[in-house]
Amino acid sequence: MEKTVNQKAWFLVLPVLLLVAFSAVIPLMTVVNYSVQDTFGNNQFFWAGLGWFEKMLRSERMWDALGRQLMFSGIILAIEIPLGIFVALNMPKSGFWSSFCLVLMSLPLLIPWNVVGTIWQIFGRVDIGLLGYTLDALGINYNYTQDILAAWVTIIVMDVWHWTSLVALLAFAGLKSIPDAYYQAAKIDQASRWKVFRFIELPKMMGVLMIAILLRFMDSFMIYTEPFVVTGGGPGNATTLLSIDLVKMALGQFDLGPAAAFSIMYFLVILLISWVFYTVMTNLDKREG
Amino acid sequence: MDWMAWTWPTAIFFAVIASLLITFTVLAIKFPETPRTGILRIETTRGDRLFITLLGSAFINLAWLGIVGAQQPYALIVCLIYAAAVFRWV
Repeated sequence: MEKTVNQKAWFLVLPVLLLVAFSAVIPLMTVVNYSVQDTFGNNQFFWAGLGWFEKMLRSERMWDALGRQLMFSGIILAIEIPLGIFVALNMPKSGFWSSFCLVLMSLPLLIPWNVVGTIWQIFGRVDIGLLGYTLDALGINYNYTQDILAAWVTIIVMDVWHWTSLVALLAFAGLKSIPDAYYQAAKIDQASRWKVFRFIELPKMMGVLMIAILLRFMDSFMIYTEPFVVTGGGPGNATTLLSIDLVKMALGQFDLGPAAAFSIMYFLVILLISWVFYTVMTNLDKREG
Repeated sequence: MDWMAWTWPTAIFFAVIASLLITFTVLAIKFPETPRTGILRIETTRGDRLFITLLGSAFINLAWLGIVGAQQPYALIVCLIYAAAVFRWV
């Protein structure tokens, strides 16, 4: 007989729910209220119905920002995940150098977002930055404030620099948990290095890799500070990602209604993707366990 | 509550969601269930199916608004059919 699920344990979550109510649920409800009204300040609101949603759904600006956002998340995932795995595979497995590598790699993770942005903003400057100056001296035309490609390369390299370690550390943890017996069996079968990776290491790392992909996707989908500090969304709107656009709309133009409608749709997309990832992850666990 | 800019429609909206959550909580306690596997090939409980229904309904409403753009209440009928399908087959 299958065991029935006892949901009573959820009551233990109630205190957290109270906290989350103030930090997330009540603000989110307020956003929903804003999204169906218009305001000119002074806390006076006028009913607008679903007009803002309709306007945002037909707004090229939002679709463009969403396109740029998806491109950004796609590119950084395509670089960070394989690179992180590659780094983890080549790290010393034990001893002093292993710990040394681990500490060294966690350093970028400890730096606050705005500091990362500032570091790269200065690093890339042609007049005083090491990277910008060197590229300029080599005769490469690099200017992230004017050239779209340069701006994109800068924010992507910055994100890769900041977050690849996270993927590497997670992949390393996954690799460490593989018992030696698997490798011995592979050796007896004279499996090639590729086959060991393909049939032992990769399947065993799947769980942590899913977590890495989920974390990196979520973070990059919400990214604001670093590109804002480096490019401010420019040149033009070339690096205006979703959250930068949202802040421009809500705080810069004080268009609370459209911005609220925008953020609700943004939230729904994130909710959907997180749910898909979560479901895939828990089902993978169940199949393995 | 003034700062939250409440309106009657949004209040009703949240009241419906809150009462759904409470109903399903009570149901889950009174009638514990075994998760089942449906056409999505994932294990779901009633609560999961409610979540899938609500999230899907939000997207159905947005799609209706973006594609049809008029007579929004009809989108709710689509949502109800969707909800029935989710509870029956997922």
